[in-house]
Amino acid sequence: MDSVLLRVTDLTMRFGGLTAVNALSFEARRGEITSVIGPNGAGKTTVFNCITGFYQPTSGSIALTHPNGAAFQLQTLPGHRIARRARVARTFQNIRLFAGMTVLENLLVAQHNALMPNVGSGLLAVFGLGGHHAAEIVAIDRARGWLDRINLLPRADDPAGALPYGDQRRLEIARAMCTQPVLLCLDEPAAGLNPRESDALAALLKTIQADGCSVLLIEHDMGVVMRISDHIIVLDHGKLISDGDPAHVRADPNVIAAYLGEGDEDDPDVPLAAASDVPLAAAR
Amino acid sequence: MNPNLKDASISALVALGLFGPMIGLKTESGSIGLFLIPRPLALAAAVVAVFFGRLLLLTWRGQRPRGTQTNHKLAETIKRSGRFLTPALLTLAIVLPFISGRYGIDLGILVLTYVMLGWGLNIVVGLAGLLDLGYVAFYAVGAYSFALLAQTFGLGFWTCLPLAGLFAATWGVMLGFPVLRLRGDYLAIVTLAFGEIIRIVLLNAASITGGPNGISGIPRPTLFGLQFTAAGGHGSFTGFFESIGYPIEYSPTQRVAFLYYVILGLALLTNWVTLRLRRVALGRAWEALREDEVACRSLGINVTVTKLTAFAIGATFGGLAGAFFATRNAFISPESFTFIESAIVLAIVVLGGLGSQLGTALAAIVMIGGFEVFRDLADYRMLLFGLALVLIMVLRPRGLVSGRTPSVALGRRREISAELVAEGRG
Repeated sequence: MDSVLLRVTDLTMRFGGLTAVNALSFEARRGEITSVIGPNGAGKTTVFNCITGFYQPTSGSIALTHPNGAAFQLQTLPGHRIARRARVARTFQNIRLFAGMTVLENLLVAQHNALMPNVGSGLLAVFGLGGHHAAEIVAIDRARGWLDRINLLPRADDPAGALPYGDQRRLEIARAMCTQPVLLCLDEPAAGLNPRESDALAALLKTIQADGCSVLLIEHDMGVVMRISDHIIVLDHGKLISDGDPAHVRADPNVIAAYLGEGDEDDPDVPLAAASDVPLAAAR
Repeated sequence: MNPNLKDASISALVALGLFGPMIGLKTESGSIGLFLIPRPLALAAAVVAVFFGRLLLLTWRGQRPRGTQTNHKLAETIKRSGRFLTPALLTLAIVLPFISGRYGIDLGILVLTYVMLGWGLNIVVGLAGLLDLGYVAFYAVGAYSFALLAQTFGLGFWTCLPLAGLFAATWGVMLGFPVLRLRGDYLAIVTLAFGEIIRIVLLNAASITGGPNGISGIPRPTLFGLQFTAAGGHGSFTGFFESIGYPIEYSPTQRVAFLYYVILGLALLTNWVTLRLRRVALGRAWEALREDEVACRSLGINVTVTKLTAFAIGATFGGLAGAFFATRNAFISPESFTFIESAIVLAIVVLGGLGSQLGTALAAIVMIGGFEVFRDLADYRMLLFGLALVLIMVLRPRGLVSGRTPSVALGRRREISAELVAEGRG
């Protein structure tokens, strides 16, 4: 029980009459890659938005416990606090880089709070005071390290908007990692990547995990999910339908039914076992 | 039928409809009242002009390469000339009082005031991407706080200058709070209203501000305690030179030249602070905010505080410029702080290119200086002025100096093309 990093309890999110997430409870353990999967519209991104403070959940609690014991109730914190104090970083389904700023600047903006702990020190920095220069050297070093890891060092001074799509995806992950998070939430990082880029991404996520950062991953690319996940949570219509390791989830009839539709309603002749080959084939 | 010809014919038809009554008919007052004189030739000339004008425009457009590619060569030229332009402009600004007469210095002061206002607003609009249509409010707060402090407590210009900046910054934060949730058009409307509210309060709080009569007798700035007066004697500029053995003749130009250097110093201070801010975390956060507010939040940047600092620092420079305006004119009234001032300053920033310091300075010179130079043209200058603005926006839609210089680089800093840089949505 000690190893629980994130505990979501009875999370419900309603938009008017639409219940996007319905009494959802799950846990993510420290040092693991936890994947959240489910058909389109299952509420995965909504869960992410609740965790990272972009939505205020209708009810329920999201508790985060740092390895050092510091505990946070994320549903009570505003978004920037969640990133800064609770150290939860995220990426977006549609890439949100600062397109007009260089790759390096993107990574420095991510280290804003280290460079400028408060407004006063931010203003002192104008006059070269308050240790901004020293902090910036450290920040540039960290940025350089990340650029090296994602093979973007030669493009450090290019505008982020001019990078190819796959590079932008990796840069967004590096930018999130520059905030030195405890939990990294990735919203479909493999979307639009070719198989080789997906493999590189999976390898990158493994190294991030090895560095001690836990990962929460939304992904449709089952190849990536099954390969790197320690734990998978399956959502459908805002509800948890399966929870366990990849092998368990892959065999779960509920999951197969959710992905292919209820076999017994529209087409009673299709046996579940036969259908199960289709969506999860890539994982085998 | 050629689509261009067709388009031109339609334009000519519209022109016929519009110009028919306006140009084609002339009213003449005769002995028994008004009667109409038809002018078919003038009408035909106007319609033919529209037809060929439209045709030419379409042909030109058709031959122009697609997209924004055309601007790159121009941008490159401007950028290269920019390297020489900045020192040249600076040198000119420093030697101007020696090479020009009273009129030139006065014009210089006017232009520099707008350069400073432009640079101040550039922080809010250009860097943070928050559209502020009420910048004149801070200009007014600065001017009135100096005037009132001087009148009530007898404080001098140099004491009041930082106070005026501080007051304006306070108002900047006060404006900032309610508008933080607003974006784009809504932000523009509220800031516009804020500018008007300040002016109307100044107009109506007559017991404090003198209402429409304004405040007069505002003290002039001193040079290390030396005053610029014709009387001379101890404590005056000419008196000082007399006492050290180099007597000089008093001339009002000395005072004006001094004022010129004060505003030059203030403007350069604004520029320096802005350039420094761009290089540190705060300025980078503003630009990131302009690019993507949601991403900023996800990186732990407090969007509220960041926006407020942009408003406050932008307002500070507006306030400093306002204090200078008050001391230069020695008289202020709400008349000087109408919406048109905000519009001019915003036009300078947009015309110059959002976020560009050199562009803002150039735009201020063109807009304010050009406006004065063509004074002889009387009302036609408004027409020319509007035409010039339209032309610039057609040719260079992102302003004179578009593109963005990175704030930090591992290697050489390379200009980022304007197409990638966001303009901010409020």
